[in-house]
Amino acid sequence: MILFKNARVIDPVTQTDQILDIRTENHSIIETGTDLEAQNSNTIVDLTGKILTTGFIDLHVHLREPGEEYKEDVESGSKAASSGGFTGLCPMPNTKPVCDNDTLAEMLVIKGQRVGLVDIYPVGAITKNQEGKELAEFGMMKRVGARALSDDGKDVTNTLVMRRALDYAKAFHMPIFAHCEDKYLAGSGAMNEGYYSSKLGLSGIPREAENIMIGRNIMLAGLTNGHMHISHLSTKNGLELIRQAKKDGIKVSCEVAPHHFMLTDSCIENYDTNYKVNPPLRTQEDVKALIMGLADGTVDAIATDHAPHDTEDKDTDFSNAAFGISGLETVVALTLDGLYHQGKISMMRFAELLSSGPRSVLGLAPQSIEPGQKADFTIIDPELIKVVDKNRFYSKGKNSPFHGMSLKGWPYMTVKDGKIVMKEGVILE
Amino acid sequence: MSIKAKDLLSIDDISTEEIAVIMQNAKSMKQILQRDIKKVPTLRGKSVINLFYENSTRTRTSFELAGKYMGADVVNISAGTSSVKKGESMRDTARTIDHMSADVIIMRHHESGAHKILAESVNARVINAGDGKHEHPTQALLDAFTVLEHKETVEGLKIAIIGDILHSRVARSDVLIFNKLGADVWFCAPPTLMPSKASELGATITYSLEEALQDADIVITLRLQLERQDSGFFPSIREYTNFYGLNTKNIKWARPDCLILHPGPMNRGIEISYEAAELPNAVINEQVNNGVAIRMALLYIMGGGRSGDTV
Ligand SMILES: [Zn+2]
Repeated sequence: MILFKNARVIDPVTQTDQILDIRTENHSIIETGTDLEAQNSNTIVDLTGKILTTGFIDLHVHLREPGEEYKEDVESGSKAASSGGFTGLCPMPNTKPVCDNDTLAEMLVIKGQRVGLVDIYPVGAITKNQEGKELAEFGMMKRVGARALSDDGKDVTNTLVMRRALDYAKAFHMPIFAHCEDKYLAGSGAMNEGYYSSKLGLSGIPREAENIMIGRNIMLAGLTNGHMHISHLSTKNGLELIRQAKKDGIKVSCEVAPHHFMLTDSCIENYDTNYKVNPPLRTQEDVKALIMGLADGTVDAIATDHAPHDTEDKDTDFSNAAFGISGLETVVALTLDGLYHQGKISMMRFAELLSSGPRSVLGLAPQSIEPGQKADFTIIDPELIKVVDKNRFYSKGKNSPFHGMSLKGWPYMTVKDGKIVMKEGVILE
Repeated sequence: MSIKAKDLLSIDDISTEEIAVIMQNAKSMKQILQRDIKKVPTLRGKSVINLFYENSTRTRTSFELAGKYMGADVVNISAGTSSVKKGESMRDTARTIDHMSADVIIMRHHESGAHKILAESVNARVINAGDGKHEHPTQALLDAFTVLEHKETVEGLKIAIIGDILHSRVARSDVLIFNKLGADVWFCAPPTLMPSKASELGATITYSLEEALQDADIVITLRLQLERQDSGFFPSIREYTNFYGLNTKNIKWARPDCLILHPGPMNRGIEISYEAAELPNAVINEQVNNGVAIRMALLYIMGGGRSGDTV
C-alpha cells in the first residue's frame, strides 16, 4: 500500500484539477480523497507541489530491437521511457527483421513485461516486410497485443494498398499510423526546402512532400471510414487539412513531435547533424501553427518519434548523417518549458496530449484517477529547472539537439502497476 | 401457374407468390428424385441448352440432369469448345441458338449483366446460372428450399452469409430471396471483401464473425477464391481461417439448431473446418440434391409444362 499525499491531480478523463490524496494497493487505486489517514502498512509519499496524472503513453518510438540493439533495445528503451515519465509506448515496426507478424509482436510485449517498466503496444507493419505490396496479418498481430499499424520510415506508395489497409484494419479496430511522405518529391533531401537549405547548399524536402500524402491519406480515410492517424505532423498546411477533415467527420487523428514545435530549420546553420530529422525541422510559421493546433485540440497527441542512433551514424556530413532525435527523456520538459510555462497550453491540455489523447488514438479504455483504476501515474515537478545532459540518458541514443539546454518542469516520479519505478529521473532497481 | 417474366435473370424477376409456386413444385420433383425410375415425360420434345462461358461442372450437371429427368433434349455448349470463343459476339451466338428453336437457355457467364444481351436476342426463355459477381438465382432458390425443408418459415430467421461478399453472386441472390421471405440477413466479411454500401443491398453488415454468428438460425459460408490473396484482398489463408473460418467452436455462438449451408465446392479447412462440414446440421449434401429438384421445377414451369399438370 502506498499513500500519495497532497498531489495536484490532473485527470483529463474526469476533468479533475484538485489537490488529493491517493491510496493504492497492489496494481490499483483503492481510495482518493482529502486528508486520507495513513494506515500502518502504508508507505507515504508527499507530493506537495507536484502534479499527478494518469501514465503517459508515447505513440511513436523506435526501440531498434530486433536487429540494431547497439542503438537501443527493449530494456534501454523502457528505462529511457520510464525516466521520461512514460508508462506505455508504441514501438515502430521498422526493425530488422520487420515486425510484420504475431511472433515478433508478441516477443516485444513479453520482453517489455520482463523489464516491467512500461506497457508495450507494438505497432505492426502495414505490409509484409514494409514493401508496400501485400498486407500483413493485422488480426494475428492484434491478438498478441499490437494496437496500430504503420510502415513508418516511409509511406505506402501504392494508393490501392493503402486503401485496402485502411479498410482491412477496420475489422480489428486498429488505426493506420501514416508516415506521410511522397518519396519522389522528397528525393534525397536532408532538410526543409527553403531559405536555409538554399543558403547552406543542402538538398531540400518541400513541405508539399508531406502535405500531398496527408491529403491523400485523409481522402482514403473518408472513402473507407477507416481510422487514419498522421504521424509526426510538421507543417501548417498539413494541420489545416487535418482540421478540415475533422470538421467533415473523417476519422483522422494526429501527433506532433516536440522538436517540431520547439525548433526550426534555422537551427541547422552550423550543420549540426543532431538537428537532422524526418520530417525535417520546418519554419517559424509552421511552429506557430502547430502550437495553435496543440492548444485548440486539433492535435491529439505529443509523440517523440524517439529515434536513437549511435555516434557513427551522426558523426558525418549533414547529407549523409542519419535522420532522427533521441527524444524520450526530454519530451516532458520540452512541453512544459516550451508550451505550458509560455502560457500556450494549460496543465489539463498537457496531460491530455500525453495520456488520454494517445490512449484514445490506440482505442484503449479511458483511464482515470479513481478507485478501481490502474495505478499507472506520471508525476511531474513543474517548477524544477534542470539542464539536459545526454550523457545521463538511459537511452543508448545520445543524439539530442537539446543537450545543454536549461528547461523548467520535469518528470518527478513514474508509478507503474502501483510500484514507484522512477524517482527524480532515476530508475529504481 | 407460370412465372410472369420471360426470363429468370435475377431473384427480383420473381414475386413472393411465384417463389412459393417454385418451392411447391420442387417438393414434388424431390419426390420423383427419390423414386427408382426418375424419368417423367413432362418436357418430352422440348429442348434445353446449357450455354456455359465459365466452367462449372456442378451447376451444369445439375441442370443437365434436371432436363433429362424431365424428358427434355439437353445440349451442352461450353465456350471453350465451340465457336463462341472465336470472337463471335454474344448476340450472334444467341441468334444462332435461337434458330435451333431452343425452349430454354441456361447460361453461365463470367461478366455481370451478360445475360441481358442474350435474353433480349432470343425467343427462348433464359435462366441465369450465374453472371459474374451479379446473381445466381437458382442457387438462392435451392438455398431457400433447403432452409424450408428444415424450418416452418423463413420469416424472422437470422441468416448470416459469411465470406467473400464482394465477389459473390450467391450472396447477392440470397439477400434478395431471404429478404422477400422476411428473414433478417447479415453479411460478414473482412472489410476488403465487403461491397461498398452493402447495407443498402438489404443486409446488416459486420466484420466480426462472432457478431454474425450470434443467435443465427442459418449460416451460409461462401467459397473463398484463393487467388484473392494474390490480388491483395487479405494477408493470408491462415489469417482468413482464424477470423472468418467456420469451425465447431465458433458455431456454438449460433442457435443450437442452426443450419450450415455452403454453395460448394468447399475449401475444407479454410472457410469451413472438416468437422464443421460434418455436423448433423450441415445440410451441404442436401443442397446438391435440392439443386436438381429446384432446376426441374424451374424447367417445368418455364419450359412449357402445361399448367395444372401434376407430376
Ligand atoms: Zn516516420
